[in-house]
Amino acid sequence: MEELNKYFLNNNRRHFLKNIGFGIGGLALGSMLDPFNLEDPAMSKIHSGSLPLPHFAPKAKRVIYLFQSGGPSQLDLFDYKPYLNKFRGMDLPDSIRKGQRLTGMTSNQSKFPVTGSLYDFKQYGESRAWVSSLMPNVSKIVDELCFVKSMHTEAINHDPAITFFQTGSQQPGRPSIGSWMSYGLGSLNDNLPSFIVLLSTGNGKPQPQPLYSRLWGNGFLSSLHQGVQFRSGKDPVLYLQNPEGVSKEERRKMLDHLAEINEAQEKSFGDSEISSRISNYEMAYRMQTSVPDAMDISDEPDHILRMYGKNSYKPGTYAANCLLARRLIEKDVRFVQLYHTGWDQHDNLPSQISRQAKDVDQGTAALIMDLKQRGLLEDTLVIWGGEFGRTNYCQGKLTDIDYGRDHHPRSFTIFMAGGGIKPGFSYGETDDFGYNIVKDPVHVHDLQATILNQFGIDHERMTYKFQGRRFRLTDVHGEVKKELLDI
Amino acid sequence: MKKTLPLLSFLVCFALVFGVKTYFSLKPKSEVSVLENEFDDSFEKNISLPETVSYNFDVKPILSDKCYKCHGPDPNSVQADFRLDISEDWYRKSMENENKKIISSGDLSKSELVDRIRSTRASHQMPPPESNLVLTEREKRIIEKWISQGAKWEPHWAYISPLKIEENWNIDKFILHKLENKGLNISNEAPKELLLRRLYFDLIGLPPTLAQINQFLQDKSDSAYENVVNKLLSSQAYGERMASMWMDIARYADTNGYQDDTERTMWPWRDWVIHAYNKNMPYDQFVTWQLAGDLLPNANKEQVLATGFNRNHMITQEGGVIEEEYRVEYVADRTVTTAKTFMGLTVECARCHDHKYDEISQKDFFNLFDFFNRIDEDGVISYTDKAPKPNIKLDHNLIKEELPFIKIPDSITELDLMVMKEADNLRKTYLLNRGTYDSPSDIELNGSMPSVILPFKQNFEKNRLGLSKWLFDHSNPITARVTVNRLWQQFFGIGIVSTPSDFGNQGALPTHPKLLDWLARKYMEEGWNTKKMIKRIVMSKTYKQSSKSTPFKSKIDPKNYYLSHFPRQKLTAEMIRDNILVSSGLFVDKVGGPSVKPYQPPGLWDELTGGSTSNSLKRYTMSTNGNQYRRSLYTYWKRTAPPPGMITFDASTRDYCMVERQKTSTPLQSLVLLNDPQVQEAAEYIARSLLSKKLKSHKEKIIHIYRKITGRSPQIKTLNYLIDYIKEVEKIHLKEEESMDNFNMHHKVYTSLSLLIYNLDETSQKS
Repeated sequence: MEELNKYFLNNNRRHFLKNIGFGIGGLALGSMLDPFNLEDPAMSKIHSGSLPLPHFAPKAKRVIYLFQSGGPSQLDLFDYKPYLNKFRGMDLPDSIRKGQRLTGMTSNQSKFPVTGSLYDFKQYGESRAWVSSLMPNVSKIVDELCFVKSMHTEAINHDPAITFFQTGSQQPGRPSIGSWMSYGLGSLNDNLPSFIVLLSTGNGKPQPQPLYSRLWGNGFLSSLHQGVQFRSGKDPVLYLQNPEGVSKEERRKMLDHLAEINEAQEKSFGDSEISSRISNYEMAYRMQTSVPDAMDISDEPDHILRMYGKNSYKPGTYAANCLLARRLIEKDVRFVQLYHTGWDQHDNLPSQISRQAKDVDQGTAALIMDLKQRGLLEDTLVIWGGEFGRTNYCQGKLTDIDYGRDHHPRSFTIFMAGGGIKPGFSYGETDDFGYNIVKDPVHVHDLQATILNQFGIDHERMTYKFQGRRFRLTDVHGEVKKELLDI
Repeated sequence: MKKTLPLLSFLVCFALVFGVKTYFSLKPKSEVSVLENEFDDSFEKNISLPETVSYNFDVKPILSDKCYKCHGPDPNSVQADFRLDISEDWYRKSMENENKKIISSGDLSKSELVDRIRSTRASHQMPPPESNLVLTEREKRIIEKWISQGAKWEPHWAYISPLKIEENWNIDKFILHKLENKGLNISNEAPKELLLRRLYFDLIGLPPTLAQINQFLQDKSDSAYENVVNKLLSSQAYGERMASMWMDIARYADTNGYQDDTERTMWPWRDWVIHAYNKNMPYDQFVTWQLAGDLLPNANKEQVLATGFNRNHMITQEGGVIEEEYRVEYVADRTVTTAKTFMGLTVECARCHDHKYDEISQKDFFNLFDFFNRIDEDGVISYTDKAPKPNIKLDHNLIKEELPFIKIPDSITELDLMVMKEADNLRKTYLLNRGTYDSPSDIELNGSMPSVILPFKQNFEKNRLGLSKWLFDHSNPITARVTVNRLWQQFFGIGIVSTPSDFGNQGALPTHPKLLDWLARKYMEEGWNTKKMIKRIVMSKTYKQSSKSTPFKSKIDPKNYYLSHFPRQKLTAEMIRDNILVSSGLFVDKVGGPSVKPYQPPGLWDELTGGSTSNSLKRYTMSTNGNQYRRSLYTYWKRTAPPPGMITFDASTRDYCMVERQKTSTPLQSLVLLNDPQVQEAAEYIARSLLSKKLKSHKEKIIHIYRKITGRSPQIKTLNYLIDYIKEVEKIHLKEEESMDNFNMHHKVYTSLSLLIYNLDETSQKS
């Protein structure tokens, strides 16, 4: 870890100086400066000595957040509750429900019949983690994973619940976690945004609930830190391609002339903002190459593509996005955020969830193992999870082969891998009904604090002052869950 | 600490000047960013201490920022039962030394506060190390000097009535007075072309046409400038420009915003805003109608329509949502919007607990909340409801007779609109513990306003109308200040108070307090006459001066707080696009009506919604018949997938009230200007239009295009670069296609040239 820390600090110093380099009259134009030429030993010493960030040694450098939008049913995937099968159909006892609030979709139900899963659960790996038959590939890599079976949140509806996970607040307006990281840690590379978003639509639900671009918004942070959506198709980033008929050569000529005129303008007005605009044009130009390069999987060998499954050939699928995530991480993107919709199984759960799990099972497992074999898992934190869980009682009619589950915020399961998180470990427990947490609860803010911790960030100290108040991702809550850390 | 501080601040200043705005900013951000974010006025702060230390201007900002969190107005977080925000506690006896007081006026050696801030023992030191808050050396000295000068209390500056100032003052006199103190002076008047463009964007949001520029250049009379000001203030486009800023404040959108984000009809309210600005409705009336039009005696349809202001917030239709949870959110949104827009107060904190920094209690919050809590509305609406109750119906006849400013198309037979309507005895307002809907306390609130600003008078109705009367009462110290500050910001980029939504303890202090007071008084005395106030600003020398800085000026006042030159500003998202439309000739100038859908990359909505051809909000269908070339004010605003070109250029998201926008520069912006089909089309359109002109040489053609797009003639050097560019592009095309005919070559080359000019810094700037 010392190595990583050293790397990290060096990297910061290098980038800081390079940044200054960009500023001085747009020197970086055309001929890129060698940043090391600018390095003055005395200066760098002061620099690394006077900036106490990271707050402490980081374990991770990058994140891949595999967001499972809709609320995956923990009771059909990871949280094995034989009790529910045993008492299938029994009305959920009040002693368990404790009058807790329900969504408007089931609060009018007269009965809350307890519903066991139709899927087989087995224990896997040396860690003996429980996984259902819905996730055959994930079950093979459980020794890499850290399951948190005691996640809980306050929100009971999608919009506020996703917003809460992503921004630390149920109502819109705060920066996304990726924006916070970009703000706090800066970028690791010169050619790609530090916070990239990939979307895919699940097959589980005919009309999955939509996503909203504010989930990767920068809130009150500078829009430099907003998540940039990479799309499948010919324009992965909006307006990336030159207009038809404009060659690369012509574009280069345009940028050169543009820079010359803009520099003259800077001299005439003494406006130092202009130089940052000049360098932004250069970044844009570099992105025109770097983004398609990152998106072009033709250099991936067959065995890798097979590992991610046949969907990895199909742009815009979850599997393809997993592969892209790895490619972006390899290029030192700080935060890659995937969203996969369709986990909202209010009815027809069995038929829906089997399609839905199939979407993600192989890609997820392949991504984690691919990172591992490249030595990237060590400092890349992978997070898999949704905005809440699902109820242990049936929504609608319970039959032998069919059931549905409503939203359940009081307990659900997520898992993580890499990034200094303890592998082959399950944390937290729910009661026999899988309703309430009985041991080691982890709140959304705790998870956020723990994620930041892995990057050497004290969640209480990374603040941004806006409208007179210092804001944090974790608001005024959150506690690092030390038990989850691989120390 | 003492030794490293100057060095550190040097580094930080260096970073601030060069390149923090760079997109992939590559330094460790956390600590630096806190500094960036909080050290904005470090240049000021490092200058020597003031002769007389002012409690309000020098001391309180420090106490508020570093001490109030534990020793401030929030009783739940007060430590050691000691508050620094009230003078009663200052002179208490010290607990640790009975010979001392906490603050002993005029005697540092007998003040425990001094011991505490100078202490190096962790358990004794204030602020304590675990707070992560540190007093700088200068801050400590300020506090000490204040104590030795007697430590006198003053009420908060913004809550004292604006000072009366003698009649013979004017904007320039205030500005000059400050500048001279700094050894600076005002700049000469800007060149005519630049000044005209500045004025056009500021007053109507659009650039001048070539004909308008030529006319102004030829008019050598003394009244030339004033004539243009008058003409612009009376044009329809003035109302559109003003409305475009009001849309941010009003969080206007065409959809409901949460998850499924269905459509609503609010554009007729937007048409009213344009209309109200254009007829120069006095601001007090403009606001009263929006807050309480329905409560006016014999309220007419127009007054009721205006109340749509407070229905613009987001509304959910997500299945399964608990109605009350969201209804409370809507009421809270109105409360926060009102405080932010009209009172310069951020009250979000006071929803959950007494404010930690300002004397605004949780009771104050819910007293204001109560005014908006008497509406018979739904927390969750149906998927098809475009105007959830309470609402009004308007048909063609009624519109024709009473509301002719609503541009209703023939294809729509009737309009249903959301408005405010008081429902008597509907519900009582209780203070909500932690601000959550399901934890009402037994404390009942009856509607009132914070008495620290102005006591709520007996004769004010206990409803939204009373609230308006309180806002516009002649002794209200805050409303006029907040409003003229926002107007100032419209022209100079930064307000006299640089935090337009926060005039409280944590907000910035005015750079020109007397000017702010003078403007506020004038505004009230002149009957809240907005056009008159705007004219006063744009007629000033301060406004008309050149935007060129000099090394000397940047050294003395690097942020140009004191306005020794006009602050160059980036155009807003709307202006950047509208400039492209107007300069190319594509622009379709039509006021009002339903929102329109201009160019947008295909698939953006589908990716988020799953797409559907049967649902107009799942798939984007571009407008036709010229509607795609309308002013950006009319661009359809879908909250969950807002127009990417607008958002990329820092437009507000419209999710909640915003009174100022970010000003950033990113590579994504470069990509829009380089590759957006709208810009490309405009460039081609200009190139084509050259054919009908009798312009012969490259030079003539370039000057023509350059003036169209940037509003001024190019410098010789620029012209040469552009001529060179034309030749280079010709060469490239000849290499690609030897047989290209003259006509095609001409078109390609001038399209490329126009695109380049659209990307110049100068094009996106108000200089």
